[in-house]
Amino acid sequence: MNEELTKNLAPGHGTCAGCGIPVIVRTILGATDDPVVVINATGCLEVTTTVYPYTPWKVPYIHNAFENAAATASGVEAAYKVLLKRGKIPRQARDDSPRRIKFVVFAGDGGTYDIGLQSLSGALERGHEFVFVCYDNQAYSNTGGQRSSATPFGASTQTTPSDRKDFGNELFRKDIIEIVKAHHIKYIAQANAAYPEDLKAKAEKAFATKGPSFLLVFQPCNNEMKFPTSQYVAVGKLATESNFWPLYEISAQGGSATGGEKMKYTINYAPKERKPIEEFLKTQGRFKHLFTPENKKIIEEIQGQVDEGWKRLQKVASIK
Amino acid sequence: MALALKQINPAVMPVYPITPQTPIIESFAKYQAERSVDTEIIIVESEHSAISAAVGASAAGARTVTATSSQGLALMNEILYIASGMRLPILMAVSARALSAPLNIHNDHSDVMGARDAGWVQLFSENVQEAYDNILIGLKLAEMSRTPVMVIMDGFITSHSFENLNPLSDEEVKKFVGEYNPEKFLLDVDNPVVFGTMALPPHYFDFKVDQDKAMRQSFDDYKKITEEFSKLSNRSYSSYESYELDDADQVVVVAGSTAGTAKDVVDKLRKEGKKVGLLKIKLFRPFPTEEVKNALFKAKNIAVLDKAMSFGTKPPLYSEIVNSLWNLQPTTYNLQSYIYGLGGRDIFQSDIEKVFEDLISGDVSDEIKYIGIKK
Repeated sequence: MNEELTKNLAPGHGTCAGCGIPVIVRTILGATDDPVVVINATGCLEVTTTVYPYTPWKVPYIHNAFENAAATASGVEAAYKVLLKRGKIPRQARDDSPRRIKFVVFAGDGGTYDIGLQSLSGALERGHEFVFVCYDNQAYSNTGGQRSSATPFGASTQTTPSDRKDFGNELFRKDIIEIVKAHHIKYIAQANAAYPEDLKAKAEKAFATKGPSFLLVFQPCNNEMKFPTSQYVAVGKLATESNFWPLYEISAQGGSATGGEKMKYTINYAPKERKPIEEFLKTQGRFKHLFTPENKKIIEEIQGQVDEGWKRLQKVASIK
Repeated sequence: MALALKQINPAVMPVYPITPQTPIIESFAKYQAERSVDTEIIIVESEHSAISAAVGASAAGARTVTATSSQGLALMNEILYIASGMRLPILMAVSARALSAPLNIHNDHSDVMGARDAGWVQLFSENVQEAYDNILIGLKLAEMSRTPVMVIMDGFITSHSFENLNPLSDEEVKKFVGEYNPEKFLLDVDNPVVFGTMALPPHYFDFKVDQDKAMRQSFDDYKKITEEFSKLSNRSYSSYESYELDDADQVVVVAGSTAGTAKDVVDKLRKEGKKVGLLKIKLFRPFPTEEVKNALFKAKNIAVLDKAMSFGTKPPLYSEIVNSLWNLQPTTYNLQSYIYGLGGRDIFQSDIEKVFEDLISGDVSDEIKYIGIKK
């Protein structure tokens, strides 16, 4: 395997065939030359990389619990600050200066939108310098595919199963980006595992950010979205081509010490012609039940939501 | 406690307010504001995040302390096990307080007893001096045994009391606790290490057996450290304190501030010629089973006073005493369980005198007695 690609996370991890998580992790960690410390919430990435006595991690790593990755990162980052102040950070041979260390949290949507939301909010508000990455597969995949507050409207999951008279999840996905934005941090981006170049560029910006930054990355999960293992890139691309998952970023323009009042939205990719939502939905078993005459209106409703969301995004992105 | 923490000058201190622990973190914040410490105080949004951040900071290689009480300790419960399972030497000051419901901010030992199997060393303090001393002893013990330590004082009774204190000098404290240089830590980026692995059935059990060994080993570490501390402070320290115990027939066993009240009662009854004594438990985890057995083997009647319940069975300290004495043959003693002071109900000298009277008159049974509850 490519040595550069695997310098932080080696082969031999246990993620499912066709999982996008290793791509996300390697792309993001590969976007900095500084040493990194990884803080990981309980979830797919954690259980597939830490089974004692083996690990593919080549960088320092800590898993604490499910809901507290951001709080754990706060402790690690605070330790770095004080040990730097006290001259106790290992020095680099090059110029005998103390190591500049980056801190990256990886959490799934459960560990971000749901159980991890409080500790995320606290850590963002306190301004710790770290990159929080949510790999978002829109369900509790590690426990077998239950609904999370990232699960889209109309999806069938283990806890919102579809039936003849039930179209599955009736609730709307939480707008986590806007919640994060309310903390006045300086860099927020939505990315997609199927677009690694875009993800890398965003990770570079996140690492260059003073204070906290947040990356929300679409992670097509073949197990729980239910599609063939060879298809995660195709499904990921359709999510963006249909405007279901636009690629965009929010960055502070100068502004105050807490992140600035002038936040600029930038759409990183606009499809020439947006694909109908059916094309995205039909690739996945979680939406299979929608393709019946009685559920036609549900698909129409989803299309309406997607188009509304895109319009809203275009509008905020056009504000100078 | 705050003074001891100031002298330690820990690297990281995540804090969240809760009555009656708050004076510790407020005093400490003042020390930081006047720049007599350079600690990174993290003002977190919950106790769960306080202990989570403490785990992160300690694993990162920083000397880490925090403080809590009651609901806060209960909220931390999940992470207490993670801290001890990762063998992180976090020091936590606890102002012991009742647990809800019904809500009550006053002292008992329900919170700390609820955490007694979380793999933390637990040190009880009778008064302000012991709380101060235990902070210094506890920190050194945590780092030597790589096991987190809870230093417990009674909420309000000790946490908000004004007493004379004989502190060590800053230099003495500095020398006693030394520098913290962990063997493996996250910020040592050239030697990467994984904290918080997943261990499946072939390994998990072994981890837990090792952890238990470490906890037992911490008992010997405690002895070493308290010997050193006794020389330094001229205050004798051990896992328990015996008060007029050598020839005592009637013995009260207690932990925490009530020991002070009980000592006065012992003095009074001794003057009346009664052979009474007190055993005060200082180290509750690991429990000094052998020492307690040796201290109690001559007693005729023993009353164990618990400030907590274990609903549906006998309370925790009582169970530990039974466990310490079970193989004492022939059985020469009678044992009585008392529960007192829940939710801050006062216990008076007269209450403890009544306990001794019960013992002397042989009013001892297998039924729990409740001090301060009208029949």
